[in-house]
Amino acid sequence: MHGFANPARFLRLARWMMPLFLVSGLILSMGALLYGVIVVPPDRLMGDTVRILFIHVPAAWLGMAGWSTIAIASLVELVWRHPLAAIAGRAAAVPGAAFTAICLATGSIWARPTWGTWWVWDGRLTSFLVLLFLYLGYIALSGAAQRDMAGGGGGSRITAIFGLVGAINIPIINRSVVWWNSLHQPPSITAGKSAIDGTFLWPLLIAALGFSLVFGGVVLARMRTLLADIQAEARLRRKAMA
Amino acid sequence: MSSTSSGGIKPKHQRLVLLVIALVALIGAGLLAAYALSNQASYFYVPSDLVKDRPEQGRAIRLGGMVEKGSLKTRADGVTIDFIVGDGKARVPVRYTGITPDLFVEGSGVVAEGRMEGETFVADNLLAKHDEKYVPRQMGDMTAAQAKEVVAETK
Repeated sequence: MHGFANPARFLRLARWMMPLFLVSGLILSMGALLYGVIVVPPDRLMGDTVRILFIHVPAAWLGMAGWSTIAIASLVELVWRHPLAAIAGRAAAVPGAAFTAICLATGSIWARPTWGTWWVWDGRLTSFLVLLFLYLGYIALSGAAQRDMAGGGGGSRITAIFGLVGAINIPIINRSVVWWNSLHQPPSITAGKSAIDGTFLWPLLIAALGFSLVFGGVVLARMRTLLADIQAEARLRRKAMA
Repeated sequence: MSSTSSGGIKPKHQRLVLLVIALVALIGAGLLAAYALSNQASYFYVPSDLVKDRPEQGRAIRLGGMVEKGSLKTRADGVTIDFIVGDGKARVPVRYTGITPDLFVEGSGVVAEGRMEGETFVADNLLAKHDEKYVPRQMGDMTAAQAKEVVAETK
């Protein structure tokens, strides 16, 4: 793993992986979403609104996967002091927050015609809104830590600790519909079983794969940007010293 | 930073152990909090909760459960409905005046916002709670035998 401690090696890899992830991810997502809108038959109860499934559910998974990325990166940063880990965590925050916001927005649009309300404060919806706020806090904190570092202050350790502590919300989101009575239905996909008919399940899984690739591509792109920022900063500082 | 002091544990192992302890404590605290919240964080009462622990009349509460099959009746005014919400153990009669959500049907889930008036739950608002199954309409309407036939025909 420490082979990638040298950013040059990582950058060589990221340079071709990033466009590959982005292009293949966009093609898969667009294909699955179009298939979901045009080809898939309506649901027995919900009718055509079931098509929101193909954007809502992958966005929810990616919103949670984004924070899992932050948590793992934070752990690696704190324990192994890997130089890329802090950058990976920071790079995952904005796309993770975007997917979380997409999930909340599409969920609200879906809830109105099916449940009869835009929003309720049940366990699932509330814990997912908390996830969005955690992302916003993490983004603000990492920005502040970066400015602090540029001024010669301490590292981004506080950001990593926040990333780890916030991870407690992920199992809470996952279990919220099991532990508490909620308006949101219980999980459709549990270990090896699916209550979603194959007609809906396959486009859903392909959309999820596409969204994941887009997420990976955006994280790589942001990591390259953050590394370039750090290099530019260091160069400026050297110039100022000379 | 990779310098290892002879005999002592490596600093990165020390950090790992400390972090694991901190995480275990954090998860423990989270689970305890979730457990303590188990009643307060529920979005609605089920009928057996209401029967076991009768809420005071007129207090705003939510009642959730299944709309009993065959219990849904529309009154003469055309907008007031009566139905029974059950959870397999207890049943509560509900009255509601207004427009119901599309997914509100007999045999499906409902969350009603309102209050107890006598033995009846008077709802101001109905929310439909659907199950976790997603099935295409064509197949959903058929019996298993019919679906089999269609699959055989299209082969």
